[in-house]
Amino acid sequence: MTRTVLTVDDSRTMRDMLRMALAGAGFNVVEAVDGEHGLEVLSAHRPDVIITDINMPKLDGFGFIEAVRVDDDYRAIPILVLTTESDPAKKDRARRAGATGWIVKPFNPEKLVDAIRRVAA
Amino acid sequence: MSEEIITTGAERRELISFRVGEQEYCVDIMAVREIRGWSPATTLPQSPGYMRGVINLRGAVLPIMDLACRLGMPVIEPTVRSVFIVVKAGDRMIGMLVDAVSDILSITDDLVQPTPDLACDAVRSFIRGIISIDGRMISEISLDRLLPEREALAA
Amino acid sequence: MDELEAIKVTFFQECEELLADLEGGLLAMQDGNDDGDTVNAVFRAVHSIKGGAGAFGLEPLVRFAHVFETLLDAVRSNEVPSTPDLVATLLRASDVLADHVSSARGLGVVDEAVSAAMAAELKACTDPNAAPAPVAAAPVVEAPAFEAVSAAPAEVLIGADDALDDDDLGFDFQPMTITIDEQAADVAAAVGNVWTVSIRPKSDLYRKANETALLLRELARLGPIEAALDASAIPPLDQLDAEAAYATWTVRLETEEDENAIREVFEFVDGDCDLEITRGEALSPDAALAALLAGPAPAAVEAAPEPVVVTEAPVEIKAAPEPVAAAPVVEAAPAPVAAPVAPAPVAAAPAAPAAAKTQQIDVPGPGQSVIRVDPERIDRLIDLVGELVINQAMLAQRVGEYGIAPSSNLAMGLDELEQLTREIQDSVMAIRAQPVKSVFQRMPRLVREVASMTGKQARLVMDGENTEVDKTVIERLSDPITHMLRNAIDHGLESPEERKAAGKNPEGVVKLAALHRSGRIVIEVSDDGKGINRERVHSIAIKKGLISPELQLTDEEIDNLIFLPGFSTADKISDVSGRGVGMDVVKRSVQALGGRISITSRPGQGSTFTLSLPLTLAVLDGMVVDVAGETLVVPLAAIVESLRPKPEEVRPLGPVGSVLAVRDSFVPLIDVGLTLGYREASPPPTEGVVLLVEGEDGSRAALVADAIHGQRQVVIKSLEQNYQQVDGVAAATILGDGRVALILDVDAVISLRRREPPRPVEPTLIAAE
Repeated sequence: MTRTVLTVDDSRTMRDMLRMALAGAGFNVVEAVDGEHGLEVLSAHRPDVIITDINMPKLDGFGFIEAVRVDDDYRAIPILVLTTESDPAKKDRARRAGATGWIVKPFNPEKLVDAIRRVAA
Repeated sequence: MSEEIITTGAERRELISFRVGEQEYCVDIMAVREIRGWSPATTLPQSPGYMRGVINLRGAVLPIMDLACRLGMPVIEPTVRSVFIVVKAGDRMIGMLVDAVSDILSITDDLVQPTPDLACDAVRSFIRGIISIDGRMISEISLDRLLPEREALAA
Repeated sequence: MDELEAIKVTFFQECEELLADLEGGLLAMQDGNDDGDTVNAVFRAVHSIKGGAGAFGLEPLVRFAHVFETLLDAVRSNEVPSTPDLVATLLRASDVLADHVSSARGLGVVDEAVSAAMAAELKACTDPNAAPAPVAAAPVVEAPAFEAVSAAPAEVLIGADDALDDDDLGFDFQPMTITIDEQAADVAAAVGNVWTVSIRPKSDLYRKANETALLLRELARLGPIEAALDASAIPPLDQLDAEAAYATWTVRLETEEDENAIREVFEFVDGDCDLEITRGEALSPDAALAALLAGPAPAAVEAAPEPVVVTEAPVEIKAAPEPVAAAPVVEAAPAPVAAPVAPAPVAAAPAAPAAAKTQQIDVPGPGQSVIRVDPERIDRLIDLVGELVINQAMLAQRVGEYGIAPSSNLAMGLDELEQLTREIQDSVMAIRAQPVKSVFQRMPRLVREVASMTGKQARLVMDGENTEVDKTVIERLSDPITHMLRNAIDHGLESPEERKAAGKNPEGVVKLAALHRSGRIVIEVSDDGKGINRERVHSIAIKKGLISPELQLTDEEIDNLIFLPGFSTADKISDVSGRGVGMDVVKRSVQALGGRISITSRPGQGSTFTLSLPLTLAVLDGMVVDVAGETLVVPLAAIVESLRPKPEEVRPLGPVGSVLAVRDSFVPLIDVGLTLGYREASPPPTEGVVLLVEGEDGSRAALVADAIHGQRQVVIKSLEQNYQQVDGVAAATILGDGRVALILDVDAVISLRRREPPRPVEPTLIAAE
């Protein structure tokens, strides 16, 4: 069974990067450009795992995670946040919002797939 | 080894031969895009005499060269048998005005002899070599030299 | 292309956009618009550049972006106030960042001293109380590239002197949850590599979609595990909170890995569970092991009101093809049920989902309706539509030759075809239309740089950035605009002192605007400077022999003298406008695009350059004329008027030349057929038609043709593609009859004629009104 990963990032480079790593590991990839778009794509594709950036226009990563977690249909989907933040407060805030785990940028494909494995049933 | 024999001599090429005045010339068939009947060309100003002008080839502007004139012979007077041989020369397409197409030859490179010394410089630079076949003398045109270099944009 | 390389290309494209966003945001802040959204967008731009740069190991870029980002973060959280001075600094920093991007791209070199000084300045702004940072670049941990990211990537990004990263090395475990059992360590040799891990999840762990089953699965990757569930804390059913967590897992793990590897498994659930890792057997060997080895517990599970120790069977965890989501059951189960873990073998190492190698990539539908198309396909489409236009014209011409009545069905059908063809052509051209923004975006930096080089204070105001024009035109707008802006600042604006003395704001305003006007795009560059010094321009033009001293010129004519070749008003060649490039070059390049340029100026109030260009370079409006049996197209943009000369208006001048009297001025007559070599002698001009044209230098000429066939829009075809440039010819086109017609290069025709010796006395260039 091919698992679907939703990547939410306003940076095209990051989305491409994630897609390359994930598609290379056999995942099906769907993309969104910000939190709002992420919620739309979520309902259309029901991903198995979500990877999201924090700093995004419209709806940022925190808001996006909270919105996913309050929805009974999606609350069990693991969410990994992408972070380059050197500020641990960011990560903590993401976790408080309901993030399952995190990936520190820059990531390599192995680390990325590793993180997904750890949270995906 | 047998491979060596193949690479040295036996690579066959096909050439299209045609008549310019009383002489026979040919070009590699791989360079030929099409052969078209004569139609009047739009004159290009400020151009050498061998440039007959340009025609519309399915939307592209195709320069037409009078091959006889380019080779230093009298200008071709177009007849019903006159044709353009449309060839790819480098990154450009040109139409060569010739008197008539003769036939297709299949040759190996060992049949090609160097151009003799007595030919004038202009002719020597346009002729790749001379092929002797069935008592005919057919000169192979070197397409890359035929068109002048693109001039740098005049300021 | 290598996939990573392709993404790198994307990255640099994105950088261009982000740099533009950054600059746009900063300029908005400069205008006093420092709401949260703007500042956030500015922060995000730098942040995204840093993120991508980190992925490619572009260390100097990452380093600079990090310092920049840190300051922007402080601005965004209001720790550092956004003052005009600060925004000015940020703008300069954005220029340095742009240089770093270019350098990373291999398109230039960053001035290390400038970059280091800028970084120091940014740091000083971030923390004004801190001692000024040493200018020398801070020692930095070597950057791993995408392929080789170390375990602590955060460290990579930051200079070692940045205090804030010290506590972020990727994993931050709370020490209190870790118990190091010294005794256990003592007996380590005895117990081999056996560890006991006790996990007591809190409800938060499940709320974040973490699963104990997955944690156990991860542990099993380190070595064989035996897991036991202590459900003693699970309350009776009626008191059970389905969302809460009650159970405690005790896991016996045999592994060659060290404690860190075990802790890493729990990285994501740090704080969401109580974790104890001890070396050796934690349970008293006799009791616990016996329990562990005792085999499956009685399956009869009741909602046990009393704390009952339910020890689950020792579970050999094996690799299984189908991992089973076990934990939700644990979480929701009313009874101390550990069964899900036991019978359903947890996949120890699902070798990633590599089995399904489909590289399917879904582009999400909603919210995004952008299609990326290879530009070559569009060019091909445009070519084909050009063919269609020609074909339609040919058809119309043939039908016309049959003398079919305009009211007939056939003629009406053809009219509709023509209409449709035009519409298709417009639509196709619209595909390639792009906003001029991409060119405008580069200008604020230019203005800053030119202003600082010339000691002027300049402020750029832009308008109409979203005005669209064909891609081919856009690419060629940049140079003329750059030139005009430089000129406006260098020659137009006064120094701040002069401006103050004149009662003006010391900061000059330079305006750049784009708009559509009657099927053309108009670019205006204006300044509020001193205007053109007409007296000086006039005297320079005379001194350089460009005009005759006796000539009486209007103000407008004097202003336009600056477009004459060889005219440069700079007393000395300045760094900015110099290098021998004057407005004549601008005019020439604009005219090469079928455009026109003009200037209006008011002393003391400033000047405005107006540039008008066709919306596309693929088609051209032209006048079709006959010359010596050849059909030629004269660009309409160059034609001032067409007329039939009367005999008294044609005056001979010198041995062969003649001029045409147009109102009060004399314009040289040029026989196009003669100039292009189509004929040896000119027929009398009175037998032909005259097109009064204006050339590159504003000079006018009267082109003589045999007949005019009317105006037509023609599709431009390159002569150079298969041949080369031909003097006197701008390009070719294909007319309705299928034949090639040449498009005249008016400027070239004028200068060709000038070159022909012997020439009569050169008439004045600007004589015509």
